[in-house]
Amino acid sequence: MDAPTAGVAVYDGNTLAGPLSEVFGVELMTAAGRCRSCGTTSQVATFRVYGRAPGFVGRCPHCEDVLLRLVRAPDALWLDFSGVSALRILIPTDPADEEQQP
Amino acid sequence: MDIFTRGFRGRGRDSSGQLPPGQYLTNDFPVLSAGPTPRIPLDAWEFTITTELDESHQWSWAELMALPAESVTVDVHCVTRWSKLNTVWRGVSLDTLLDDVDTEADFALMHSYGGYSTNLPLEDLLDGHAWVAYEYDGEELAPEHGGPARLLVPHLYFWKSAKWVRGIELMLQDSPGFWEQLGYHDYGDPWREQRYQGD
Amino acid sequence: MARAAIPGGLKVRRAWRPAQLVERRPETESASTLVFEIPGWPGHLAGQHVDVRLTAPDGYQAARSYSLAAPTDGDRIAITVQRVADGEVSSYLADEARSGDVVEVRGPVGGWFVWKPEDRGPVLLVAGGSGIVPLMAMIRSRNGASPTPFRLIYSVRTPEDRIYDHELRRRATQDGGLEVTFLYTRTVPDGETRSVGRITAEDLIAYGWPADVKPTCYVCGPTAFVETVSDLLVGLGHDPAMIKTERFGPSGP
Repeated sequence: MDAPTAGVAVYDGNTLAGPLSEVFGVELMTAAGRCRSCGTTSQVATFRVYGRAPGFVGRCPHCEDVLLRLVRAPDALWLDFSGVSALRILIPTDPADEEQQP
Repeated sequence: MDIFTRGFRGRGRDSSGQLPPGQYLTNDFPVLSAGPTPRIPLDAWEFTITTELDESHQWSWAELMALPAESVTVDVHCVTRWSKLNTVWRGVSLDTLLDDVDTEADFALMHSYGGYSTNLPLEDLLDGHAWVAYEYDGEELAPEHGGPARLLVPHLYFWKSAKWVRGIELMLQDSPGFWEQLGYHDYGDPWREQRYQGD
Repeated sequence: MARAAIPGGLKVRRAWRPAQLVERRPETESASTLVFEIPGWPGHLAGQHVDVRLTAPDGYQAARSYSLAAPTDGDRIAITVQRVADGEVSSYLADEARSGDVVEVRGPVGGWFVWKPEDRGPVLLVAGGSGIVPLMAMIRSRNGASPTPFRLIYSVRTPEDRIYDHELRRRATQDGGLEVTFLYTRTVPDGETRSVGRITAEDLIAYGWPADVKPTCYVCGPTAFVETVSDLLVGLGHDPAMIKTERFGPSGP
């Protein structure tokens, strides 16, 4: 798709860690999502994140298509994950085990 | 539990009534984007109006430039709370572009290069309320602000003024665009503070 | 704002917790470290961040993310805030907030950009400006106790912009296996041999690790800096999967 330009605020998926933590009970940054558009699987932390307002847009680091959108309205959180065809969330087998898979 | 932070005011919000509720005045021109800036060569640029019966009207860049244009000075209000007053634009009125278009549609969905979209009632594009703007402040509209051309509908929150506009789809029924699908208001009147659905 | 159970049974759990400012100390003219007490803090990993929310009397709220500057310390967390021009949250935290004030904190979050003492392999840390903060948490959690060799390359505009300056120099001497290099983009201190300039591949070769030792690279700072450094590292042969980035936008951390 189109090359990003200087001046456009692009963040890492880390930016979504806080807002997503309000909804999901598990760490999502190391979760891996498959892009519905190009099929590439990437960790949420590597999504290219645009904006904070009007909402967050997380795009595929490979093809830049939209993977997820998140809006924090005053009394609701809107989440569209439809750009991800499958999400693999790592759940530790031992609650004391904090090992993060790369 | 509500916690107020001692000594925190946030940006000075306007109490003079000159700005819509909840807005503050800015002197710069923030760039907010949902994605990378599209680059559209002018010889590939097209603007298409498609009616509810799938009839389409299309303009190339040269054809757009040949249409009568006007300069307007308007205030713009972003849903992220900044307002910018007396901004100067030049472009072609939607009245001109819609002049020969036969339609029974009440609604419009604006489409942008890069995939962005936004919806509004067709009547809000008419009667001198909207332009396809290609100059800002006397200069060519910069890509990060929506160039080569963007929609300008200043009486609504600025997310309705779709950057990198490529066309309008006329519809019999309203259909939410990019941010409206995620909870933003279908209409978006800043003076009634219609930011989110249900406002 | 009270959270009500939404019909249908989906209830958003309360994520924001009150945090009381208990200590603050200046780091540079524009940056200060703030220490907050949060009862029941669950602990965190070096590299994680928190979101800080402020509420004005009329209910207006603003929130920003800040990296944790130090490893777990009971109920206390430390962040280092750089004042950003026209930044409504950073200027409040950097200049106005005083001991006893209460803000709201969400976190810790961000389990990808982390380093744990049990991780193996040499580590390259590359910081631009206030991007040093999460990397400092990693250095502090290593605390000379891990045999893992660390190399830090810290790019700042002027010598006065070096956050944690004294501590970094002390640790470079006292902590075994930590090397610290400062790069300057505007003004150099007396005696500095490298002239002013943005980070280059030569800097990464001279002060970083060769690609064949396969270091884990953590790069943090403004977006443009992070993208430049990532591209340079890949160009030098580092595997992109070994490069972790944390970009701050133009509006700062």
